[in-house]
Amino acid sequence: MENSEKFLLLGDQAIALGAIHAGISGVYAYPGTPSTEITEYIQDSSLAKARGLHSTWCTNEKTAMEAALGVSYVGKRALVCMKHVGMNVCADAFVNSAITGVNGGIVVVAADDPSMHSSQNEQDSRFYGKFAMVPVLEPSSQQEAYDMMAYAYELSEREKLPVLMRIVTRLAHSRAAVQVKSSFLDVTCTGRESVPSDWVLLPGNARRRYLEVIAAQPQLLQLAETSPFNKTVSREGKAERGIVACGIGYNYVMENYPEGCPFPMVKVSQYPLPMKQIADLAESCKEILVVEDGQPFVEEQLKGLLPSPYVVKGRLSGDLPRTGELTPDSVKIALGIASVEVYAPAQHLVPRPPALCVGCGHRDVYDALNRVAAEYPGAKIFGDIGCYTLGALPPFRALNSCVDMGASITMAKGAADAGQFPAIAIIGDSTFTHSGMTGLLDAVNDKANITVVISDNLTTAMTGGQDSAGTNKFEAICLGLGVEPEHVRVVVPLPKNMDEITRIIREEIEYQGVSVIIPRRECIQTLNRKLKKKRAEKK
Amino acid sequence: MKTDIILSGVGGQGILSIATIIGEAATRMGLALKQAEVHGMSQRGGDVQSNLRLSDKPIASDLIPLGTADMILSLEPMEALRYLPFLAKDGWIITSSAPFKNISNYPDEQALTDELKAQPHVVSLDVEQLAKENQMPKSANVILLGAASAFLKILDPATLRESVGRIFASKGEEVVQMNYRAFDIGHNYVKKLGFVKE
Repeated sequence: MENSEKFLLLGDQAIALGAIHAGISGVYAYPGTPSTEITEYIQDSSLAKARGLHSTWCTNEKTAMEAALGVSYVGKRALVCMKHVGMNVCADAFVNSAITGVNGGIVVVAADDPSMHSSQNEQDSRFYGKFAMVPVLEPSSQQEAYDMMAYAYELSEREKLPVLMRIVTRLAHSRAAVQVKSSFLDVTCTGRESVPSDWVLLPGNARRRYLEVIAAQPQLLQLAETSPFNKTVSREGKAERGIVACGIGYNYVMENYPEGCPFPMVKVSQYPLPMKQIADLAESCKEILVVEDGQPFVEEQLKGLLPSPYVVKGRLSGDLPRTGELTPDSVKIALGIASVEVYAPAQHLVPRPPALCVGCGHRDVYDALNRVAAEYPGAKIFGDIGCYTLGALPPFRALNSCVDMGASITMAKGAADAGQFPAIAIIGDSTFTHSGMTGLLDAVNDKANITVVISDNLTTAMTGGQDSAGTNKFEAICLGLGVEPEHVRVVVPLPKNMDEITRIIREEIEYQGVSVIIPRRECIQTLNRKLKKKRAEKK
Repeated sequence: MKTDIILSGVGGQGILSIATIIGEAATRMGLALKQAEVHGMSQRGGDVQSNLRLSDKPIASDLIPLGTADMILSLEPMEALRYLPFLAKDGWIITSSAPFKNISNYPDEQALTDELKAQPHVVSLDVEQLAKENQMPKSANVILLGAASAFLKILDPATLRESVGRIFASKGEEVVQMNYRAFDIGHNYVKKLGFVKE
């Protein structure tokens, strides 16, 4: 497949193939919608296998980013992928990677999820790029995503900085034909030795490196102004309006102008913002409309650059919706194009929210928790991130919170510190190893009166069944962190075991200290896939 | 020429395999294609949709604008109605008539059927039942695709049928033949209703 000239790829897959063709040594990632398919593509790629590229999942985004720094240190190229909120988890390593600089190229892909199709917030990762003062790429198409990878690694190694690639759900999970290069790089190595004084971020070294990063900024600006991915469309005379279109925002503008955009326009796919082009644009028109997916990152900058009375329109001005992903229709309205007549919404229509699968072990866990919680008026169950967050919805309505990866245990602990009883945490196996272990250690050290349920389905289920870092290790981890052996309890979540499960939950709630209950049963989806595969092999 | 299709259904029903077959045929015919899919949490038994765009010119947006879809192709009747505002005035709804009731407040079936039938361009057929009758329980989605093939102006039904064969080729000749039959059942069903491709 990888030798063919042109084929259909998701945006995620285009990035993966582009990275393989750019000669990476490995991908480092934790699954998260909409970024998961990047790593999965590399795991399934025969070329990646033949090259022996690293592609197993990391425990979380921070361990992924740091491992990539190690790859870079020895002169090789690494890809790091995550969903937008993963940037918060790896932020320490990411921001400091600009200060250390890189040897082998590093590209960090942050997949943002405007409209929160499968997320807790709509944060825009371009802010992280500006914050860390590194180049940011934002492809507008699957083809551009592929083409950008080789460019990004060259850029990273030339400027000795990591490069952030920001994508959104609609690019990540949309398929289009991609023209693939016929000749591409083998696994590369810079052959340079890393300089320890750049990488040892003692204040003296860090101050020097910070000044160097600042000194590199005019060069990064100039590179954006001459980037092959930024494009200017000029028009004769003074226009009523100019457009700055970022990433896939460009597609929505072009969708509305199939014969070509009648207004001068700057398409932005590489940051820092190409100031020269934007200054020229501002000169040539009376106002600017900023079309960007996510938060008003560019609009805010332009408002500073072009102070009132110059008019800058976008999400802040209300010309585009303040929240949610862009659509061809929201952009059409902002462009002042008349809408077509549409059918009215149907009358007999109700929402169909997602739900836990029939036969899922989490269902039995919630059934048991709800039965026992009913005996303790005022019981609070703190939830976490995963399929089991669906326990917040009917019929269970079991959760009092779901904030971020790992927060169930630490919130239960804080609540217990403040007098809450019973304080129960429910967390999945993969989320526990991602960010729950440190919180459990806090609870053990404080002898907090909490009951932690690690609902172990042997996989990272929410994102489609990726390997889970802690499988077969949970009892050992809990004991190692200091939970008392008699308060680490394992059960099998099945309706027939309901009496045993509820009894154990009751006992552990009554125990004054940290207890961990591990209901363990394989995810019904991964189990069915395995059975199906077995049947197929038998045939 | 362009054809924009909203594929809809309930997570797990198999709308993406329909998209894969149409995509194969379109690519073979040298058409441009964009297909926005739904992954992640929404797949757990919730409503799912995919925007599938085919054109002989480059396609800009991954999403189909309101009021411009040429077809809503749905494996579930209420899910067909969900995307009504996206349908062009002369667009067609091709849908399974079998409700998928995994929610407690599913609308009154008769009222739902009446509303669907009241649409100007609709073909509603019980693909689940047809699949059962013909001993091909897993091919309901291919029957629906066969029904839709008469309305997909940009694709030749014969090419689409060949793509069915290529997509299922890895599963053996028996499966391929069964899906050819499924495709024909859908196609002939629509033919009998008197709809012929222009």
